[in-house]
Parts: sequence; structure tokens; C-alpha cells
Amino acid sequence: MTALNRAGWRPEMNAGGADDNVTYTGNRALMLEEPLIFEIGSTETTGVDFDEVAPAVDLGGLARSAPIGLPGLSESETVRHYTRLSRQNYAIDLGLFPLGSCTMKHNPRLNEKVARMPGFADVHPLQPQETVQGAYAVIHELAEWLIKLTGMYGVAMSPKAGAHGELCGILCIKAALEARGEDRRVLLVPESAHGTNPATAAFAGFTVEDIPATAEGRVDLAALKARLGPDVAGVMITNPNTCGLFERDMKAISDAVHAAGGYVYCDGANFNAIVGRVRPGDLGVDAMHINLHKTFSTPHGGGGPGSGPVVLSEALAPYGPLPFVARYADGSFKLIEEESAGDEHPETFGRMTAFHGQMGMFTRALTYILSHGADGLKQVAEDAVLNANYILRNLDDVLDAPFGASGPCMHEALFSDKGLAEGFSTLDVAKGLIDEGYHPMTVYFPLVVHGAMLVEPTETESKAVLDQFIGALRSIALRAKNGDPALKTAPHFAPRARLDETLAARKPVLAWSEPEVAPGAPSLSEIGGS
Amino acid sequence: MRYLPLTSDDRAAMLAAVGASSIDDLFVDVPAEARLDGPISGLPNHASELAVERHMAALARKNVAAGDGPFFLGAGAYRHHVPSSVDHLIQRGEFLTAYTPYQPEIAQGTLQMLFEFQSQVARLLGTDVANASMYDGSTACWEAVVMARRVTRRNKALLSNGLHPHYRSVARTMAKYTGDVLVEGDPTLEAGTDWAALASAIDKETSCVVVQYPDILGRIDDMSALVSACQASGALLIAVVTEPVALGLIKSPGEMGADIVVGEGQSLGVGLQFGGPYVGLFACKAKYVRQMPGRLCGETVDANGKRGFVLTLSTREQHIRREKATSNICTNSGLCALAFSIHMTLLGEAGLRRLAAINHDRARSAAAELAKVPGVSVLNNNYFNEFTLLLPTAARPVVHQLAEKGVLGGVSLGRLFPENGGLANGLVVAVTETVTEEDIAAFAAALKEVLA
Ligand SMILES: Cc1ncc(COP(=O)(O)O)c(C=O)c1O
Repeated sequence: MTALNRAGWRPEMNAGGADDNVTYTGNRALMLEEPLIFEIGSTETTGVDFDEVAPAVDLGGLARSAPIGLPGLSESETVRHYTRLSRQNYAIDLGLFPLGSCTMKHNPRLNEKVARMPGFADVHPLQPQETVQGAYAVIHELAEWLIKLTGMYGVAMSPKAGAHGELCGILCIKAALEARGEDRRVLLVPESAHGTNPATAAFAGFTVEDIPATAEGRVDLAALKARLGPDVAGVMITNPNTCGLFERDMKAISDAVHAAGGYVYCDGANFNAIVGRVRPGDLGVDAMHINLHKTFSTPHGGGGPGSGPVVLSEALAPYGPLPFVARYADGSFKLIEEESAGDEHPETFGRMTAFHGQMGMFTRALTYILSHGADGLKQVAEDAVLNANYILRNLDDVLDAPFGASGPCMHEALFSDKGLAEGFSTLDVAKGLIDEGYHPMTVYFPLVVHGAMLVEPTETESKAVLDQFIGALRSIALRAKNGDPALKTAPHFAPRARLDETLAARKPVLAWSEPEVAPGAPSLSEIGGS
Repeated sequence: MRYLPLTSDDRAAMLAAVGASSIDDLFVDVPAEARLDGPISGLPNHASELAVERHMAALARKNVAAGDGPFFLGAGAYRHHVPSSVDHLIQRGEFLTAYTPYQPEIAQGTLQMLFEFQSQVARLLGTDVANASMYDGSTACWEAVVMARRVTRRNKALLSNGLHPHYRSVARTMAKYTGDVLVEGDPTLEAGTDWAALASAIDKETSCVVVQYPDILGRIDDMSALVSACQASGALLIAVVTEPVALGLIKSPGEMGADIVVGEGQSLGVGLQFGGPYVGLFACKAKYVRQMPGRLCGETVDANGKRGFVLTLSTREQHIRREKATSNICTNSGLCALAFSIHMTLLGEAGLRRLAAINHDRARSAAAELAKVPGVSVLNNNYFNEFTLLLPTAARPVVHQLAEKGVLGGVSLGRLFPENGGLANGLVVAVTETVTEEDIAAFAAALKEVLA
């Protein structure tokens, strides 16, 4: 009978440990253990009926005869399996999810309904253009909004997520430099930047150099100016930055970079703080990605999908990727692809994905934007910033706020681990929050602050929710300062206690294999450090 | 503004609490010249749910949906029937509105699902390991080329001419800037693949050979000989699968020895969605796991000894390794991976094999009917659910004429390879379980009329 509770407690395990109330199943009322599909399914079982049976065929020796090993479940078991799994997740629908830099705001359900209209969901990307004019209209209408909200010249809609958008912007810069016949190899990226920034720069073949920061948590303009020169292709700056501050000198930075012949890439992951209040185009930005899955409320889905349109300046727009939607005077839309690029977009750097980008995210984001309108989006930024400042000022007496004296924060409040008792860390604070019923804030990012805790409440939280969260975090901060040992073993009430990440990396088990491994079969746990 | 819970009283109290006299005090760091005072002009203000739904529904109605009539498009995106429970389950808020599982104690649902997904993908593609997903097939394909460069320390990639032209185009874009050398070209209208020619083109600089299976013309071939040729020269074989349902019927690339297998997982669970979001599959032999891009979920135990799952081997990734990371990918296709995994669980091996057999059977019946249209012939000897028709005239205008008759009759090679006049008469036709015998008859009749 072990198959049904392999995941949890089983009769042969020693009872006890932290937990005296052992149950036979390993379940604890609504907290249900769930085995893997490989443990409960069978390759003979299926939850899908077909009306017909196809005859066996001979595919010239290519027929798949060996077993594949894919377990099936009936529909009832499938629904139960995934419903049970879902209940082991925290989610915005359950409560505050203040992951800094991630903008976990409410995901409106109208968005989901619209994205599932057959005219959007059941349309093939290569249908004849006259049969998809409504889809092109959505892309175009969203593009117009993004251009107006950012004050930029153009927008590339096809990037698949923020990091893909960064790549798009950086390739525009490469193409622009190439058109000028210049081989500039260096991109300047502050240490506080998200990891995708330097990774993107390297993926596109640039060398990355650091931009120093001032003591108040912003780009050091003087140091930046000193480094600019003929080898510098540009800068990648996040604004508002990852310390939660607006880069006050942004325009001066842009002017200096432009004067030195470089371009300004802005990481727009934090656009939620300024949408409707500040237009990056007024600050001299050349390219900026917008995470539709952050600012514009498309769901994160446990890790994706996202969508990362990139707004472009007049200087970079000619190099933007294919394909894109063009609108003609008669109101019709046309997709500009490789075929017509020669006439309509000759300097493009090319295509970066199959088809046209994340249509399912475009319909959701446009639905959200139309719901809020220009006035609502401005209110979004204001409430997001107000909520973050409320958190900052209600906690900065118990948690160290390294840039608390630098003025108001934008949409996220940053704290450090300074002042916690010896042996207590940011991780302990995070795990303590789990027991209080919250998802923790972003931890250990940005790297420029020791034991960083980055709290982004977003505008979709009420004052009552914030007050309760502040109370909970204050209590945990005090426990961490007083060295409460119970915090070291938190969480106590989650589906799992702290997980052994070292073991996972040292002996990687990345796919399920039958418990009795046949002699001689390769075992994943034997993967060496190649 | 229905998504904003703060009341004006709340706002006033909170401003007072933070010592600000107005909201503008919180935006002091924005230079005055960049600060907007009112809503951006020329844009509409907020709207009710009813009004927005009406606007979006009107746009949706301007599209012809695949379900509106006979439908035969493929070429990298396939229309399959997705069981109702898939969409119901992925809309559970605990999946839909969760973030990347950075706090594993409260994300076991997503993590266990990813572990199951990785296991299903590895088995389907015939490899040891698979990652937690990429954006889509085309970006996964380029990442595989980059990975082969890292593994072999060579930078010449041979792309089969049967590779999807968009995938090729993505690789071309990237290679222009990374210094990778690509050897590539358009397909020719032949029944067989170019794999034998590729095998003889491998040299000591070759990092990888990239083949698609089934390929853009629907052709399938045995890759064992190509695998041996790669191994003899120290190059990796990368197989690209854009129609994973095929692997319920034909041998997997991993079984034939491919080193890296990437693919587009859209066929299972995800739907057409006008091209995205889709789900990139990325799988390889275990010995290359530390060179893989993207997130990996692994099994471990918690402090009480209970089994649990975490994201692992993250020293490959951007948040740890920054410019030295194996890829810049962060957000991937989590929810689409869930949809894929649920659909696969519902099917199980027995269901997948049945589904694949029905697809093939239906395609054979369509090919037979369409080949009866005067002047029309089928290029392929072998295929799964997609084949190339040779028409007596350019296929592109024919597709538009068919659309006027309510038939979405495939993807013309003229659309896919606009610069190559030699391919103009080719029409790629996909036939899945969603196609009925009546659809096939309607297509054949319409084609006959158009060509008459
Ligand atoms: C500041 C910042 N930049 C870039 C990214 C990358 O965006 P994505 O995950 O959509 O690729 C993120 C989010 O993860 C971010 O927070």
C-alpha cells in the first residue's frame, strides 16, 4: 500500500520528529499528500475516449514499438490529482504575494474570459491575413497604448518575456551600431541589475562592465560619465531601480550616453511604479521592455508564460524585429514579415521567434488596459507607490532600510538583514512569513544589499491587508532580532518543512524512474560534475 | 476602478502615516519636466467589464476561428482537441496566480507538476532529462545550438533544409551577432530528406546538426545513420519536434540516439492561440545536464524526511551566474507546461498511441482524397499527420481562394518561403483528429473547383 503515500509519512517510517500527531495516510485533514502520476497511473489507463480505432500501420521501420512509459489517469483521477497539487501552492488569489520586482497583482478574470474567445484562442498564426484582421487589430491597439503610455516611437511586440525583450533591445543596439560601422563591445550594467541583464548582454556577444552606485542607491553619474567612450555600446539601467528608487538623473545619464555615441536600454520590469505618471520616452530611453505579466496583470502561471514587448526610440525603431503589424489607411492590417521587409522595414535585425509573439497575453493585457483606462493606470502607479511607502515607513524602525534616508521609495520597499541576531538571516524571516500565511518577499536580490528583502505589495492590496502584513512582519523581525530558535525551523505549518537544496543539486533526480532500477541502467544520481 | 481596493480615506490616512502631504510628494525624485500631472491625453478612461468585453468580442468576431469550418493548417502549430478538464484545472488560482516556485515549501504543487512534466517530456522524446520549459520551439532550437557550442567548443551548425523556416530565421538572427556559423538552405520538393548529405558535410568544426522530425514538409526519416556520423566527428545531433503527438506513433529521436531533443509542445493542452504563448520542450542526454538552459526541478527531502521538490542546478542560471549563465531565460512557459502535462496525463500512453494512430489514419485518408483532384499529387512517401501537396499552380493564391469558400486549406510554401519560386506550388496540409471525413470531402471539392 506504500504507493499511495510515498510522498508523506508511511507506516515503516519512525513517527515523531517535529510531529507527534501522525496519521496513517500522511494527510492532515485538508493538507493532502499526493503521489506522482507515475505512482498512481498506468500506461493502460486513459482519461480520453476516442470514437474510432485506427488500424495498425507500417511506417517504414519508424513505428514506435518499445514502451514509452507514460502513465495515464481517468478523468476523475486527473481532476483530483491536479486539484490536490494546486492546494500545495500559495497564490495571489489566496493572499498578499509581495515578491519585489515581480509585481504580483490581482489577475482579473475578465482577461481570462476574453483570451478564451474562439476568435482569439482558436486561430492559427499562419491563417490567411484576411481571416485574422481582428487578431492584428488587437496587436495594433495594444501597441498604440504601449507607445502612448511610454512616450516612445515604436514597439516590438514579439518578445516572449522580459529577458527576451532585453535581447530584442540589445540586438537593436547591435544593429544600429553595425549600421554606423562601429564595433562597440561593452555594455555597462549596474551590479543591482536583475541577472537577466548581464546574461542577455553576454548572450548577444557583449562584454559586461559594472556601473558603480552611490551611497544612496542610485547610479553614480560621475563614475558613469568617466567610463563612457568609443568602446561603450550603451547602458542597461533599471528605472525605477531594483532598490526601489527612481533614477533621478536618468535624463542626464541618457544625454551623457548619447553624447558618447551609446544607447540607453531601460529594464522596464518596474514600470508599474510610474505607468501613467512618467513616460520613459521623456527621459531619453532608447529601448525598454515591458513585462505584460507584471504591469499589465497577465498571470504568472507558476513561472510563465510572460510577454515582453519592447518600446523603441526613433533611433532604434528601424532595427526592430520581424514580424510586426502595420495598419493601412483603409483600416486594414497587414503582417510585415521577411517577404515585405525589404520594402517596409529594410534595416530589421530579423526574427526572434516563430509566429507573432504572445497573443494570449496581448488579449489579456489589452483587456486590462481598457478596463483601467488612462486615469485608472495613473491611479495604479500612485496606489502601488503609496502602498510600498506605507510598508517602508511602518517597518523601518524594526528592519534596516538601507536607502530609507534616500527619500520615498517607488513601488517596492527594500530592507537588509542588518540587526538580526547572530545566526539569523533573511531566509529565516522569509520562512517565518510563510507560517503567518504570506508568500515571502523577494530575498537576496538586489545583490548590492546584504540579505536583501524586497517587498512589493502592488496596488491591488487593501489597507487592512497591509496593516496585518506589517504586524506579522514586525513580529517576525522582532523574533529574528531576539534570536527565537523556532524561527530557524520555520515553516512549521506548510505542506513541507525546509527542503534540502544541497542534496537536490549534489544528487540530481530530475526525472522519475521506477524504484527498482534494472541492473546496468544509467542512473541520474550518477551524473557527475561534467 | 474595480481592481483598486484603497478608498480615498485610506489614501489620506496612509499619506499622513508616511509623512506626505500629497501623492506628488512620493514622486519627488521624478524630475519635474518628466512628471505628468493628469492622465495621458488622447487615451480613453476606465471602462466597465461589460463595455470592455463588448469591445474585445467585436474584435474576436473579426477573425475566422479554426473551428468555423474545415481546417488543415499546421507548419509548427497544430489544432488538437483539448479535453475540458485541462483548461478547468489550469485556471485554478493556485496554479494560475502563483509565481515561479522560489519558496518550495509553499509551491509543491507547481514543483511536483514540473517534475512530472520533465519526466513525461523526457520519456516522450526518448532522453534522460528535460527541463521545466522554454518559451517555444523556435527559441528552444537556438538554445540547443548554443548548448552544442558550449559542449563541443565548436561553432559551426548544419541546419537541415527541412527545419521550419521561422526556426531557421531565429537562428540566423542570433548567429549574425554571436559569430556562430550556420550552414543552411531551403528544402527542395523531394520525397526524401537531406540527412544523408548532411552526414557527409560534417567536419571537425561542426558543433551540431539540426534536423526536424517530422520536418516542415511532413517527411519522416531514420536518424540513426546521422547520429553515427555525428558521433564519429564529435558533433551533436539536435532533433526538433514540432508535433509531439507524432511520437505516439513513430520512434522518438532519443531512441535513435539524438543528443539534444527540442520541440514545440503546443499540440498538447495549449491550443492554437494565434502563435503564443506556446511551450518549448528541451531535453538531452544526462551527461549534458549541466550545460542545459532554463529551470530544472529536482527531487529532494524536507527537514522531516518527506519527499519534496525544488528548483535545482541553478548555478547554470542568470540569477546566480549572471553573464556566465547558460542562457538569459527567466520566465518560461510554466502554465503551458502544466496544460501539456495534464493533457498527457489524461491521454496516458494508451491514449497517446490511439490519438497518434487516428491522426495518421485521418491524414492518409485526406492524402488519398486530395490526390484524386486533377493535377494534384502528394510529395511524401512517409508522413505522420502532415504532408505536402504539389499543385499544378502556385499554392498561395489557392489558399486565399479556399478561404473564400470557407476552407482553411493548409499553409502554402509560398507563405513560408516567399523568395523561393521553386517551392511555390507546394501546400503543406495537416490533418488531426479534429478533421472529419466531411471536412476532407469539402476540402477536396473546394480544391477541385479552385483549380478547375
Ligand atoms: C528587474 C527585472 N528585469 C528583468 C526581468 C526578467 O523578466 P522575465 O522573467 O519576464 O524574463 C525581471 C523579472 O523576472 C525583473 O524583475
